[in-house]
Amino acid sequence: MWFFNSPQVVFGEGALAYLAQIHGARAYIITDAQMVELGFVELVTEQLAQANIQARVFDQVEPEPSLDTVRRGAALLREYEPDWVVGLGGGSPMDAAKAIWALYECPDLQPDCINPLEYLGLGKKARLIEIATTSGTGSEVTWATVLSDPAENRKLGLGSRETLATIAIVDPVFALKMPPRLTADTGLDALTHAIEGYTSSWHNDFSDGMCLKAVDLVFKFLPKAYADGSDIEAREKMHNAAAIAGLGFINSLAALAHAMGHSFGGAFHIPHGRAVSLFLPYTMEFAANGGNQRYADLARFIGLNGNDDAQLTRQFIAAVRDLQTGLQSHTNVASLNIARDDFTRAMPTLLDHAENDTSITANSRVPGRAELEKVFWYAYEGKPVDF
Amino acid sequence: MATIKFGSAEWIQALHNELNASQAYEDAAKNWEGDFYFVVEPDGALTETVYLYMDLWHGKSREAKLVTDPKEKNPAFVMSGKYGKWKLVTQAKLDPIQALMTGQLKLKGNMTMVMKNVKAAQEIIRACTRIETEFEM
Repeated sequence: MWFFNSPQVVFGEGALAYLAQIHGARAYIITDAQMVELGFVELVTEQLAQANIQARVFDQVEPEPSLDTVRRGAALLREYEPDWVVGLGGGSPMDAAKAIWALYECPDLQPDCINPLEYLGLGKKARLIEIATTSGTGSEVTWATVLSDPAENRKLGLGSRETLATIAIVDPVFALKMPPRLTADTGLDALTHAIEGYTSSWHNDFSDGMCLKAVDLVFKFLPKAYADGSDIEAREKMHNAAAIAGLGFINSLAALAHAMGHSFGGAFHIPHGRAVSLFLPYTMEFAANGGNQRYADLARFIGLNGNDDAQLTRQFIAAVRDLQTGLQSHTNVASLNIARDDFTRAMPTLLDHAENDTSITANSRVPGRAELEKVFWYAYEGKPVDF
Repeated sequence: MATIKFGSAEWIQALHNELNASQAYEDAAKNWEGDFYFVVEPDGALTETVYLYMDLWHGKSREAKLVTDPKEKNPAFVMSGKYGKWKLVTQAKLDPIQALMTGQLKLKGNMTMVMKNVKAAQEIIRACTRIETEFEM
C-alpha cells in the first residue's frame, strides 16, 4: 500500500492570477525580505485583494529556517486567524509556511515533531497555498519540510502528508529574476529529486513517470536557463520540471544524496541544492555498484546510447557530471574551500546525521557507517566511487 | 538452527540477544532512550493480542519479555499492528518506515526522538531478520 499525493497545481504564465479566484477573508503570507524587495509580495497581495482577501506578511524567514522562526510565525498567525496561509519564495519560506501552518492549527505541536506517522488534524482553521519563486525545491507540491536546529547544527527532514498545500502556484514569472548561480543550484536540486525519486527503493508506477519527465526537462532546459535567464521557455520548463520532480520524489522518496546533503549542509551551511547535488554522482555510483540498474532507464530516456545497462549507467552518471561542470557547479567538497581537518573533525557528526536522515532509508543500497564515511571522503576528493 | 515462534517469550529474548550482540545497533542507537511495547494484534491464526516488552537504552536492550498484562509496564513507545504486517516487517518484506507511514503499523510516543533515530529502527529490523522465525500463517 502506498499513496500518490498532489496539490491542485496551477501552472504556466499567468498562473498567479488564479489567486483572484479563491474564496476567503484573511491570508498570512510567509516569506523573506528579498521577496518584498523584489516586489513579489506585492504581486501576491494584489491578486488576493481582487478576491477581497486581506493579507498580512511575515517576511522574516531566513535561509534554513529555524525552529524558533517557525514558532514566532505561528504565534502571529494565532493573533490574526487567517483562513489562508501563503508560502512565497524558495524552499525555505515554503517549508516554513508548512510548519507555521501546522503549529497554527495545532498549538501544542512542536515543529521538530511534525512527522508522517501521526494524524495532526490540519485544515480546520486554514488552508495552504505555496508559490514557488525558484525552480528546484519542489516544496510547493511536497509535504516535506526541512528546518534547522541551531542548537545541534543540524537540518531536520520533517513532514506530514497533512502539510501538503491545497494549491501550488507554478508561475515562471517569478523565476525570471533568479541569478545564474541560484538557477544552477536549484535546477540541480530538481535533478537530484528526479533521479533519486526514480532510483529509490520506494519508486513506484505513479512516481516513475514524473521523475523521468523531470530528468528530461532538466537536461534540456537547465543549461539554457543558466545561460540566458530571460529565456522564458527555459524558465517555464525548469519551473515545471521542479514541481514535477517534487511530485516524483515525494511520492517515492529521496535517497542517499539527500541524507548526505542535509547532514553536510547543516554542518557547513551550504545551500540545499548545492549540497545534495554535489553528492549525487557519488551516491549514484555507490547505488549502481550495488546493482541498481534503473539509471540505465534514465539514460535511455534522455537519448543516451549504450551496449548494456552498465554502460548506459556509466554514461548517465557522466552526463550528470558534465551538466554540473557546464553549470560551473562544485563537484567535490574540497572545492568549497572546506579544509581536510575541518571535514575530518565534522565526520562523526556528518555520519550520525546522515545515518538518521529519513532519506537514507529508501536508498537502494543502504551504506554501513564505514561505507558512508568512504563515500563522504570520495566526494571530498572528487574520486569516482569504485566500491 | 531451530526456529522460534514469532511473538513468543523465546522470540523476544532472541531479539534481545541479537541487539546486544550487534555493534551496528549499539552505534545507531547510542542516543536512544525509551522502552517499547511491540503489540501484535490478532489476525488470521493469531486470536489474542500479544505484548512484547523491550527496554532499549543507549544502544543496549536492558530487558525483554513477553507481557501478559499490558498494565504491567507503561513504556515510552508503543508500536502496534496486525500479526500479518509484523510478519512482513520482520521478514524484511515490508519496510517498517513505509508500514508506519501508511498506517499499517502505528507508533505512539515521542516523535522527535523517533525522527532523529531512524537508523536504530533499521538495525532493529535487521536483527529481527537474523532470527530464524516460525510464523503461524
